[in-house]
Amino acid sequence: MLKDGVLDPQGEAVRHALGSLGFDGVGGVRQGKVIELDLADGTTEATVREMCEKLLANTVIESYSVELG
Amino acid sequence: MKAAILVFPGSNCDRDLQVAFEQAGADVTMVWHKDHTLPAGTDIVGVPGGFSYGDYLRCGAIAANSPICRSLKDHVERGGYALGVCNGFQILTETRILPGALIRNADLKYLCRTVPLIVKTADSDFTRDWSVGDELQIPIAHHDGNYRADDALLNRLRESDRIAFTYGDTPNGSSADIAGVLSENRRVLGMMPHPERASDEALGGTDGRAMFRTLTSALISA
Repeated sequence: MLKDGVLDPQGEAVRHALGSLGFDGVGGVRQGKVIELDLADGTTEATVREMCEKLLANTVIESYSVELG
Repeated sequence: MKAAILVFPGSNCDRDLQVAFEQAGADVTMVWHKDHTLPAGTDIVGVPGGFSYGDYLRCGAIAANSPICRSLKDHVERGGYALGVCNGFQILTETRILPGALIRNADLKYLCRTVPLIVKTADSDFTRDWSVGDELQIPIAHHDGNYRADDALLNRLRESDRIAFTYGDTPNGSSADIAGVLSENRRVLGMMPHPERASDEALGGTDGRAMFRTLTSALISA
């Protein structure tokens, strides 16, 4: 996800589109992406976080969260 | 003066950059992204525009982790010069060689036109031929040229006179109208507009030519 404070032009376009479909009351839209990883058994969350830091997210402008399961 | 131009799958301004450097008198070697080392004696690395790795994940993100970019980082850390244009600028921010980030244009449109560009500093070997306030006509061609810098970074860039160019009329929503930034040692420049596409009369303009001429003379005498 783009961090709070970084304007999300694509989210804004989605918000306008929702409004034009008649969905009122959408104050803001933030668009992000989901990346699914098929991991070897025993891969730790710390390793996945390292993947995020090094490649999957640009932490200058993006935040990320990790769910294992 | 030796220039090395990096070539990624999807680069499409590599040969334009090559011609611009050669016309200014540089010896140019094209370097494939899977190479691990730059040619011996490389003075400046050109990181060209295009769509490296199809812009997958984020523009420049995969290229930033390619083997040749490790050599690029070493080159820059040793005090070597680099010029990143368009996708090359995106790659330089993804490698963290330059600060900030480039995201989708504010109006979401791909922009391809010639825009006025304002020179903001003449204190670099890229911009020495110009004066602060000069207006150049330089083409842009990008979808993700919206430069994002938070207030702390903007202050840092301003205080250290590292904003190289701003747009006369920002087409893409960039923070503080920024079109190009310099590294701390002023030897790395990243910019979204294409000076190499404005370096030959046949292409409709020569406002970008001075950058290559200035660079070449600075690096020959260095």
